[in-house]
Amino acid sequence: MVIVICFVVACSSSNPYKQGKILYENFCASCHMDDGSGLAANIPPLAGADYLKEAQELLPCIIRYGQQGPIVVNGVTYNNAMPGVPQLTDFEIANVINYINHAWGNDYGYMQIDEVQDILEECQ
Amino acid sequence: MGIGLVLLVGSGCQYNQTERLPVLSSKKLVEGRKVYDTIPPFSLLNQDSQIINNATFAGKAYVADFFFLSCPTICPLMQANMLRIYERFEQEPDLLLLSHSIDPERDTIPRLRQYADNLGVDHRKWHFAYGDKEEIYELADDYFNIVVEDETLPEGFDHSGRLVLIGPRGHVRAFALGTDSTAVDQLMMDIETLLDEI
Repeated sequence: MVIVICFVVACSSSNPYKQGKILYENFCASCHMDDGSGLAANIPPLAGADYLKEAQELLPCIIRYGQQGPIVVNGVTYNNAMPGVPQLTDFEIANVINYINHAWGNDYGYMQIDEVQDILEECQ
Repeated sequence: MGIGLVLLVGSGCQYNQTERLPVLSSKKLVEGRKVYDTIPPFSLLNQDSQIINNATFAGKAYVADFFFLSCPTICPLMQANMLRIYERFEQEPDLLLLSHSIDPERDTIPRLRQYADNLGVDHRKWHFAYGDKEEIYELADDYFNIVVEDETLPEGFDHSGRLVLIGPRGHVRAFALGTDSTAVDQLMMDIETLLDEI
């Protein structure tokens, strides 16, 4: 009986994007924080972020090359440059995107690796 | 005699409850007496181009750190923890915050002001210091922090990231690693203890 409960609990708390989580914690969490909350109006949140939800096709290029200029996230304007993470491979970028799409209550869909690769080829 | 005993016990209980934070600053013997180092004289500008110096913080408690705006590694989490401290003690006039920029070349006063505005903090409570790089690097020592310019590092600086609590007479009373949120929780309790002295 106890074993069954443990099994159920373990199943429901398992995160299918473990690689993405590890990458996120190593490359992104220092700014966006472990809980995806960002830093006030200096660093945008990822948890519950409308920008994340609506700009899915921009994510691969943002992650690899960074981003500059003002953006609006959940009604707040952010205007600090984000450094890119050039050392992540295409697969790693896909893993990170799929992790953040499903972390902290987010439910923003699953991006296939070939989609990520197509987008990365066209980054400006 | 019975009353005397009760008073003794009463005062004994109170004494045990009010623990004081230790003084962590280095000390030297001067004519046989222990004298603790204090934060040396400093004069910097804050994000509103106001002069801030020892008088700004005299008689109050404050938490100090050393950071720079383009720091991608430890600074955001450090400042997030500073923000937690700010919010917890927002209504407490005897607790101030002081963040020194170690990169005055890039962290100009307008940029520091924008950063402070983005955090949504009262500029008279949380000062962001701009000043002579050498002066700031020397101050870091007194605040139990190490700051080194190192061009081999991607962001150009190496710094220890400690949040340091200074008491009303300029002594270091506690510190915590700014990236360790549990240690910062403890620091907030230390702040409560220190505020009892003021």
